[in-house]
Amino acid sequence: MKKLLVSLAVIGVCMSVHAQEYFPKNDGVKTTNSNYTVFTNATIHTTPDEFINKGTLVVQKGKIVAVGKSASIPKNSVVIDLQGKHIYPSFIDPFTNFGIEPPKGGGGSPYGGNPQYGPSREGHYWNDHIRAEINALDHFKYDDKKATEYIKEGFGAVNTHMPDGIVRGTGLLVALNNEGSEGERLISDRSAQFLSFEKSKESKQLYPTSLMGAMALLKQVYLDADWYSKGNVATKDQSLEAFIANKTLPQIFETDSRINGFRADKVGGTGGVQYIIVGGGDEYARIDKVKATNASYILPLDFPDAYDVTDPYAANLVSLGDMKHWNQAPTNPAALAKNGITFSITAHKLKKLEELQKNIMKAIEYGLDRKTAIKALTTVPAQLLGMGDQLGTLKNGAYANFLITKDELFTKDNVIYENWVQGSKNVINDMNIKEIKGEYDITLASKTYALSISGTAEKPKAEVKQGDLKLGSKIEYSNDWINLTFTDTDTTTTKYIRLIAAVKDNTDVLTGKAILANGAETSFMAKKKPATADSKDKKDNKDKDEKKPEVVPVTYPNKAYGAAQLPKAETILFKNATVWTNEADGVLQETDVLVKDGKIAQIGKNLSAGGAKVIDATGKHITAGIVDEHSHIAAAAINEAGHNSSAEVTIEDVVQPDDIDIYRNLAGGVTSIQILHGSANPIGGRSAIIKLKWGQDADNLIYSNTPKFIKFALGENVKQSNWQSFSRFPQSRMGVEQVYMDYFSRARAYEKAKKSGEPYRKDIELETLVEILNGERYISCHSYVQSEINMLMKVAESFGFRVNTFTHILEGYKVADKMAAHGVGGSTFSDWWAYKYEVNDAIPYNAAIMHKEGVTVAINSDDAEMARRLNQEAAKSVKYGGISEEDALKFVTLNPAKLLHIDDRVGSIKVGKDADLVLWTDHPLSIYSKAEKTLIEGAVYFDLEKDKAMRQSIAQQKNKLATMMLEAKNSGLKTQPAKKKEKQRFECNTLETIH
Amino acid sequence: MKHIVIIITLLFFSFGEVAAQQTPADKQTEAISIVGATAHIGDGSVIENSTIVFENGKITAIGTKASTTTKGKVIDASGKHVYPGIIAPNTTLGLVEIGAVRATDDDSEIGLYNPHVRSIIAYNAESKIVESMRPSGVLIAQTTPRGGRISGTSSIVQLDAWNWEDAAMKIDDGIHINWPNPFTRGRWWMGEDPGYKPNKKYTEQITELEDFIKQAKATIQSNEKAYHLPHMAMKGAFDGTQNLYIHVESEKAILDVINFAQKHSLKNIVIVGGDEAYKVTAQLKAANIPVLLTRTHSTPNFEDDDYDQPYKNARILFDSGVLVGLQNSGQMERANARNLPFQAGTVAAHGLDKEKALQLITLNNAKILGIDTMAGTLAVGKDATLFISEGDALDMRTNQLDKAYIQGRDISLESHHTKLWKRYSKKYGK
Repeated sequence: MKKLLVSLAVIGVCMSVHAQEYFPKNDGVKTTNSNYTVFTNATIHTTPDEFINKGTLVVQKGKIVAVGKSASIPKNSVVIDLQGKHIYPSFIDPFTNFGIEPPKGGGGSPYGGNPQYGPSREGHYWNDHIRAEINALDHFKYDDKKATEYIKEGFGAVNTHMPDGIVRGTGLLVALNNEGSEGERLISDRSAQFLSFEKSKESKQLYPTSLMGAMALLKQVYLDADWYSKGNVATKDQSLEAFIANKTLPQIFETDSRINGFRADKVGGTGGVQYIIVGGGDEYARIDKVKATNASYILPLDFPDAYDVTDPYAANLVSLGDMKHWNQAPTNPAALAKNGITFSITAHKLKKLEELQKNIMKAIEYGLDRKTAIKALTTVPAQLLGMGDQLGTLKNGAYANFLITKDELFTKDNVIYENWVQGSKNVINDMNIKEIKGEYDITLASKTYALSISGTAEKPKAEVKQGDLKLGSKIEYSNDWINLTFTDTDTTTTKYIRLIAAVKDNTDVLTGKAILANGAETSFMAKKKPATADSKDKKDNKDKDEKKPEVVPVTYPNKAYGAAQLPKAETILFKNATVWTNEADGVLQETDVLVKDGKIAQIGKNLSAGGAKVIDATGKHITAGIVDEHSHIAAAAINEAGHNSSAEVTIEDVVQPDDIDIYRNLAGGVTSIQILHGSANPIGGRSAIIKLKWGQDADNLIYSNTPKFIKFALGENVKQSNWQSFSRFPQSRMGVEQVYMDYFSRARAYEKAKKSGEPYRKDIELETLVEILNGERYISCHSYVQSEINMLMKVAESFGFRVNTFTHILEGYKVADKMAAHGVGGSTFSDWWAYKYEVNDAIPYNAAIMHKEGVTVAINSDDAEMARRLNQEAAKSVKYGGISEEDALKFVTLNPAKLLHIDDRVGSIKVGKDADLVLWTDHPLSIYSKAEKTLIEGAVYFDLEKDKAMRQSIAQQKNKLATMMLEAKNSGLKTQPAKKKEKQRFECNTLETIH
Repeated sequence: MKHIVIIITLLFFSFGEVAAQQTPADKQTEAISIVGATAHIGDGSVIENSTIVFENGKITAIGTKASTTTKGKVIDASGKHVYPGIIAPNTTLGLVEIGAVRATDDDSEIGLYNPHVRSIIAYNAESKIVESMRPSGVLIAQTTPRGGRISGTSSIVQLDAWNWEDAAMKIDDGIHINWPNPFTRGRWWMGEDPGYKPNKKYTEQITELEDFIKQAKATIQSNEKAYHLPHMAMKGAFDGTQNLYIHVESEKAILDVINFAQKHSLKNIVIVGGDEAYKVTAQLKAANIPVLLTRTHSTPNFEDDDYDQPYKNARILFDSGVLVGLQNSGQMERANARNLPFQAGTVAAHGLDKEKALQLITLNNAKILGIDTMAGTLAVGKDATLFISEGDALDMRTNQLDKAYIQGRDISLESHHTKLWKRYSKKYGK
């Protein structure tokens, strides 16, 4: 019934508003409505910080023409008295795809069949996923139904865009004026430029296949746009032209997590752009770093539902991290507010729009102040979109987009009555509704029933009793009509009594018609009893009793095995240890090691403790921390497989500091690793060399002044032998050589152009290759068979540089003499072989032979599991080839440090080096040995005792959160099925499994 | 054309390499006595300064040096260690040579219910991977088919043989069932979350398996001459002459397996995998079901798990009285099977007594596979399948084999690897 009324109103208003003054008119005479609508006696909240008591708001032709305490009321006005009510600006959602259908795409593995390497378009940028030329208006169709949903939630305008591609083009800002025309509603057709790390579904072009590829691509687009804008390109590029034209607009970057927000911010920094970041909802866990971006945020409010942990087996799937996020996510808006980070709110990601208000109330319950919530829906989005004078505020000249509310916004009993958009009324709840709450006595067919109506007028609840017998009942109330149904007192059968009554001005008495259980019609009367004083007090007390929700503390990282505080460098004296120095001193018995200020301060006998914490290491061993030359843990992406060279990408962009494998590696004594790009292409991506400082941010893991490395790869993986793909050069080892010849020749030409002083197109990929040519960046090359190993050394020699490391290098023993002559190191597996054709001659004596030929040898993992036992893998060199134990230990400490050019800092126990140490329970090469403590720069990052305590704490926390989730479920809240989330993986994952 | 060229190359290559394969050792003709070593019996006990005598392939005497008379050729092993041959259950040794080369792949068939498929006839006794087991002390293996709901029938082989008949220790020892997973992974390529969530088809898949079991029983019971190879192949599993290996990981699924076995009166159940068996030890013990545990050298299944959960699983099962052995299936399972002794070493590092850790891969594996009358311990009457190591064989630091014997035969410890090692060491003059 209500809906019908609303639509009738719509038609009525349409007639008058729709036509423009210069449009011909054939369906009647030409009319103009210049009348004013005036709202009086309301509390007008012109901005979240200011309000006018008993103010007047004057509206004409969809705009506000006057607002104030004593605005004069023109004669041709329709006046609406809003005594006791409030007026607020309507809300703005800055991030939607309202009215725009995104492309669906074909699905399926991008590597299936013959992948598409080139673009689908002509006259555009070389990569299909850069779509700056897209104008969302071209794809826009106003969606009445969706608009009505937004209006109901209080929105007056939304910013919408085409959610497809990395650069997504421009969006539009549209008023939710169902009665208006397209021309009236469109506030801005170029409201902002939108970006993301997601590829377009319109194109199958493979590049980029990874997050780091998307980042590198965007960085290059900024450079190319600059180059293009300076007139250096002869051909037309519609994408770049649009990108250049869009540069002055607000730049809105969609991300799905806090850490991807940081990544976006980093890319924006290289392009000189400050993005507005659409957040992930987990910003609260590293709020200081969020603040450091200086970005404004657009926050989704998709707080996770509790996991259904009723079935304890299924509940096991849910990690502590996910449970904590459920508990902590509602604090996200409050966390940003408390840290002075400007943010707006979006309903984006909510399954149903109607969850928005509920979730805002939840955020308020979790510490967000109401004023900031209102700002996040009004002034902030308006300002972010450069519309601060026209939207989100109630002042002269602004759009007449405003809400009429019962109470202050986001208070408990508030109701939004009306949402006016561009001067058109939308009734959400009837503001003239009569209060019917109270206790009534119904007299009906000579029986008396007690009726109690509670709740709000908008959503009343009824309880009907006869004597002490409670009867099933249901009440409906709208448009001044009340419908009450309740069961008969005869409980043996289910029969209903129905009452209907029109509510008059005097609500003390309700009279109307009754239909009895037997179908007979009669009249009834319900008389309100005088209100008792104590019922109100009770309610107030109840409000006070409501507890603040319990929020578990954030840890570093915010998941299992996270610490309440980050470990700090300590002064520690290890007493009486067997110390494997890896230096000329060899293995020292009963020796003390003093750690101070993050460094190894002293090594010797009977060192004095001073203020140091003393650890008795009698019978135990101390070694330098293990260095893994070849790791793929702690990364959000590994392979950029979209091109045969991806020198432009860097793993540093995608270091994932919260990966549990960091902690597990620490438990195996690993302190430094090189995260290498995968082996999908002959020229891979740049490495990240990190210390496993569990709990720290990505930037703090990466070595300061890090040596520069890049991954190269040879053999089966780069020629795509083991999966169906035949469209990319090279398909043979012959082709691999030519890829290198080509790229290095081009890099040389590039450098020449660069040095010439003439303008040149800056190319991130070639810049990287030039670094290699100049010996500033080292190659770690995935390699197996002798022919290709020999080939790359020859290629390098012909270009005047040396290969730094061959990694895997399983046939290194066949060319160990040549490797030694070239000066390249070998970082190999201890005993892997037989999993593919090119490792058929891999032998576990490889390390020993290379070592004896004078090659610097390391043993690496390439595997999160084996990395936990690298000391034991090194010990296999004792078994296979009779390497001395001291040298074997160096295979996983000093030698990989040398290969990574970090041996000035780590890899041995020497005064002045970083205190990256492991205290072992036993001989460090023995299978029976466990890492008892693992230190990085003097801070204890793993400790067996602390680990034990954390296990207990994890169990306790999980139990507590599970109880809270059960409570949530029992209180009727929605739940989601238990599930185990996996690490963020990209398409390259399938390739990642190939070594 | 390209394919043909590849195949020809491969054939050429494999013919060329046959010569590199070690020649199986001749039958034992002379009694051998190993004297002075620490004998690790395999049942948890040790004899220091021992004498072990074997003749015609069988152990004839074992005891302290003082109390045991030597016979035949005497090998002085003072300061060294003797172990029973290590047994690797649930491997695909001899079924696949090079993982990525399909032509060398013989470990799985198409179709879901293949109990009639037998691994033994595909077992390549001359696999280069097989010979690489021996220098680490792995001398016996179960060669096991993969795939489907019922993968097929496995057999047990010794690892120095001319052909599969020669290799066989126990033909068709058991049938392997892959239990439905109560949790499934999201299909990321369909845009789903890649994590695990409850498998909606779990019950349906169990019912299907149940139907197969019922049908097979009906076929076997019928008096008429039924011709249904898959059904008939189940006979041994029903009458208890064959093991029924059920590959299953999670707690809930293991409980379902226990109920399933009881409901269908299935005998000789062995749990293979059993990642979460440590949570249901009481039930496993009560049902008398042994476990061949998921490889010790694994990462924990869940983020919140103890970092050493896979390291200590075997100890927890052992201590609670469940019969437990170790196996090494998973990624690169064949090449890595030679590291089985070190997996036992890791179990010892995480709390189990070293001799009991050894027991996991000797006596316990032998008992579970049903070959403990022949193998698994150094005991009179059993096969003389054993090896001498310079040091502790469970530690890679000291696992250095001097000699290995299979059924008394003095087998070669050379391999494709040692040949290449020697060849290139010679090239470099070292």
